[in-house]
Amino acid sequence: MTSSDAFISIQNVNKFFGSFQAIDDVSMDIAAGEFFSLLGASGCGKTTLLRMLAGFESTSSGEIYLDGQPTSNVPPHHRPVNMVFQSYAIFPHLNVRDNIAYGLRKQKLPRAQRDAMVDEMLELIALPGYGSRKANELSGGQRQRIALARALILKPKVLLLDEPLGALDKQLREQMQLELRALQRQVGITFVFVTHDQEEALTLSDRIAVMSGGRVLQVDTPAGLYESPRTRQVASFIGNMNFFDAIVRRNGAAMGAVETEGLGTIPVPVEQLTKPDGTPVQVALRPEKFAISNEKPDGALSVEGRLSNVAYLGERSHHYIQVPGKEEPVAVSTTNFARDSGGSESGDAPVWLSWSPDSVVILEQE
Amino acid sequence: MSDMGTYIKRPNRPLQFYAVIFLIVLYVPVLFIPMFSFNDSIYVRFPLEGFTVQWYIELWQRDAVWQALWNSVKVGAIVSIISTVLGVVAARAITRYRVPGRSAIVTFIMMPLVIPGIIFGVALLVLMSQLGVPLSLYTVGLGHLIVCMPFAVATLLPRFEGFDSSLEEASADLGENGWWTFWRVTFPVVTPGIVASLLLTFTISFDEFIMAFFLTGTDPTLPMYIWGQLRFPQEFPSVLALSSLILFASFILVFFAQYIGRMGLNDEKAMLDS
Repeated sequence: MTSSDAFISIQNVNKFFGSFQAIDDVSMDIAAGEFFSLLGASGCGKTTLLRMLAGFESTSSGEIYLDGQPTSNVPPHHRPVNMVFQSYAIFPHLNVRDNIAYGLRKQKLPRAQRDAMVDEMLELIALPGYGSRKANELSGGQRQRIALARALILKPKVLLLDEPLGALDKQLREQMQLELRALQRQVGITFVFVTHDQEEALTLSDRIAVMSGGRVLQVDTPAGLYESPRTRQVASFIGNMNFFDAIVRRNGAAMGAVETEGLGTIPVPVEQLTKPDGTPVQVALRPEKFAISNEKPDGALSVEGRLSNVAYLGERSHHYIQVPGKEEPVAVSTTNFARDSGGSESGDAPVWLSWSPDSVVILEQE
Repeated sequence: MSDMGTYIKRPNRPLQFYAVIFLIVLYVPVLFIPMFSFNDSIYVRFPLEGFTVQWYIELWQRDAVWQALWNSVKVGAIVSIISTVLGVVAARAITRYRVPGRSAIVTFIMMPLVIPGIIFGVALLVLMSQLGVPLSLYTVGLGHLIVCMPFAVATLLPRFEGFDSSLEEASADLGENGWWTFWRVTFPVVTPGIVASLLLTFTISFDEFIMAFFLTGTDPTLPMYIWGQLRFPQEFPSVLALSSLILFASFILVFFAQYIGRMGLNDEKAMLDS
């Protein structure tokens, strides 16, 4: 993406709390209308970055541009962004209607118009008729929607969401994820969404920034992050991953090749090989990219191992297979098509692992 | 009733009995005062002689009582306002900012609760005479301020502790500056605590005797007036009548303060629990 169509542009931003560096030279661009997630474990700086966008934290150095304008001297109440807080921060002394209309005071609208806008919002969040309820009469999911409506009624250019689904139980959270995504498409506002839940980030986002220790590790689409993680840290943060130590051995082949512990010398897509021969690299393969068979498969890349353990998870099973030359067993995930497919394999049985060369990922050294 | 559940939920007869005895011992002596204030005799003794309101009428017609009442109301009003304002500032500072030695500060603020009033009274009297400040209602007010501060802070602190600072951030985020945020969010949320603090500190100042005893100049407060009247046996029934009125008013005020002070707090708890 070029920086010209970037709606939010974060440039070389640092943030220190005393001697602790919360944000470490972060630069990224977010496009208008994008659903952009900041993903990372707690303490990785994602919330600090969000609060900088809202204006609650200053930058120690660097600049954040909103719609082309630098923001360092703009206080929170003058920024064209609104936030949905983790705790929702619904005003306890106001009813639902007054909560939603809170930010409209300055616009000095006629009462009828204001009421119409609030009604429209109540409709949008599927809570019509809840206007006169008090905040303490609402469930968690309802309060979350009120917080959304309260921010969206001001038609912000950017909506910031700080783990808004964290406090909800699993079922409600999944329902709200779908609603949030639909809502974002409907209103077309740029969403910046903070979460520690990788599944949630994958489900919702157009693009995700994976953060750790105040740094951005990788910015990519959900599929890009999952299928082509750049570093081991990103690969292990999103989904499960098998890692192998390997050495680059091109052997003059059209396909690149790496000599890999436990798998032998295997072909890899040549565009992934940027290092010269003899360089140690890390090879990664997702558990579901392997297939298991009892006989040696024809033609495909394969290696023989021993089944050491099976974990039955309902829709799928995780098989742990010991291969010669590698200490850690290889995790293989299979979908349970047949009803009796779970747990039928006897332990220590010899099995064959096979995979496609396209699914091999070469990671950058950290 | 075996289906009453565990012993935790079962009614406990001895405990209920104890609670009733407790309340009787606590309040029956106090109830003698209004009882004798309606007794048609200047002597406080059984048997009761008959019902009368003449002591109340006498009270009504006495200018000195009105003067003392007005003095007490003046001192009480000013002390309650000052101590509540200081309490708000203190509670906000304690809860909002990372103050070093926070618990030590709270302990110091609460200290007057456990230091005998007579010590504070004597100390202030010595200080005032050293400084050459004449005793007046102002010196009484100063003494009352020391007595009232802990109560103001104790009433306001839970309010501010329960205050979610993201509410103020949300207001700023929705476009309001500091002043409007205070007016539209902070103030309404803590108002019940402020009202409770005003009522409670007013009541305490209104009823306070020891500080007033040491620091009153020529204008007596109501408790000082009562103390003065005790020397005259024939005035005793009027003193009882006056005491009954004070008792009644104080009870109403404190009850109201407690009720207001809890308002909203339970709501927020329910919000957090749900």
